[in-house]
Amino acid sequence: MIQRFVRTLLGAAVATALIGSAAAQDSKVADELAKYREALADGNPADLFEVKGEGLWTEKRGPKNASLEQCDMGLGPGKLDGAYAQLPKYFKDTNKVMDAESRLVHCMVTLQGFKPEEVTKQWYSKPGKESDIEALITFIGAKSNGKPINVPATHPEEAKMAKMGEYIFYRRSGPQDFSCSICHGQEGKRIRLQDLGNLTTKEGAGFAMKTWPSYRVSQGAVWTMQRRLIDCMRQARWPEPNYLADSVIALETFLQKTATGTVMETPGIKR
Amino acid sequence: MKLKIALFGLLAAAVTGSALAEAPGGKFARDAEQMFRASFKAENPKYWMSRLDQDETMKTCGEYRDNPPRKVGEKLEKLNAATIRYPVDGKLIGDWKEGEKLAAVGTGGHIGFIQPDPAGRVRGGNCYACHELAKKELAYGTIGPSLKQFGKVRGGSEENIKYVYDKIYNSNAFTACTNMPRFGLHNWLTPEQITHIVAFLIDPESPVNKD
Repeated sequence: MIQRFVRTLLGAAVATALIGSAAAQDSKVADELAKYREALADGNPADLFEVKGEGLWTEKRGPKNASLEQCDMGLGPGKLDGAYAQLPKYFKDTNKVMDAESRLVHCMVTLQGFKPEEVTKQWYSKPGKESDIEALITFIGAKSNGKPINVPATHPEEAKMAKMGEYIFYRRSGPQDFSCSICHGQEGKRIRLQDLGNLTTKEGAGFAMKTWPSYRVSQGAVWTMQRRLIDCMRQARWPEPNYLADSVIALETFLQKTATGTVMETPGIKR
Repeated sequence: MKLKIALFGLLAAAVTGSALAEAPGGKFARDAEQMFRASFKAENPKYWMSRLDQDETMKTCGEYRDNPPRKVGEKLEKLNAATIRYPVDGKLIGDWKEGEKLAAVGTGGHIGFIQPDPAGRVRGGNCYACHELAKKELAYGTIGPSLKQFGKVRGGSEENIKYVYDKIYNSNAFTACTNMPRFGLHNWLTPEQITHIVAFLIDPESPVNKD
């Protein structure tokens, strides 16, 4: 129902945006897109996933018949307020820098007794096949709404991950010679009509990072940060990295470090 | 006296610091490369994985954050200029109507398991993703310069036609580490397809040069 409403809005907004006279088209298109985003913000279907995620968090599940309520997302067992905003971070118990998704999967394995391949099989949703991970991450992310992103990467392992993320950000390859920085290293650019953030600045990275996880209207699904970055690589015509791959976590660390201080507004809603 | 020396030292450090900005990844660059490579499924088709390979241009551009010193840039430009190949009939200007289609197509070449392009999907130059071209197309990007009225402004001399062909074939022959892909070098577009895009830019009848 909400989805259909949002789709109608999308159609109307895009139609209005495209009919605009050729004169002053750029500012007009920008205005219409801003209105469209405002209209979308009135009802975010991600709210439904957030409620579902809360249910999955508290429900006793898996071979160990346990809930996730004792999961340590970095602030101590069960402490979720602001946890998403300070990830990725180094975890002593796994000796790894982990993002929200790899940590959640770790908890589902250790607390609930699921096999890793079992819980990650449906890491993103397909039509008719919803993803528990998407719902849980929407819930966990929302618990950081209004909190500032805080990934100073002071631990040596975190600092190393941020540097490795920086390396990947500038690494060019593939049939289009792309790196992340080709599209996201300059101010005020757009691809077709889509504005591109400059992810090398606090403002640009902050704008990008504060709204994930986010409901993607065009996809009819919540996208997690892993999904977002893996799709960037698809757009660059590279192969897909594995879900929870270290290079994706490194990129997240680099971006969250750059975005540190920006206040979270999640779940977001996007085109 | 001591203060002066200290100040000079600070100044020198600041100047060298900015001139020799550390390459991305710093001392972890080698580790990062290994980690990146290890992030993909080993059983991916070989032609997928080969897309992660870097030639000298890609590697050098990354190291300098796409802003190489002029000397390094010149070397890359020479290297890339030597790769340019021409259609067998030597004709560098084709059919602007075909070029118009190729400029609009943004599909093709997506790989992976989640949302790959189906086999045989049309592959285009996707010029509008980054450039303004014909006036009627409002959904254009701004990563590249506006090419509206390109032929009208620059003219259709043999020299300009060759420049446009060469630029599309291998953009790095002119500007090392530019954002523009090297369409001919990577066989993304055939020499013949490139001649159509040349026509779209230069032909006086093309919508790029109308109005």
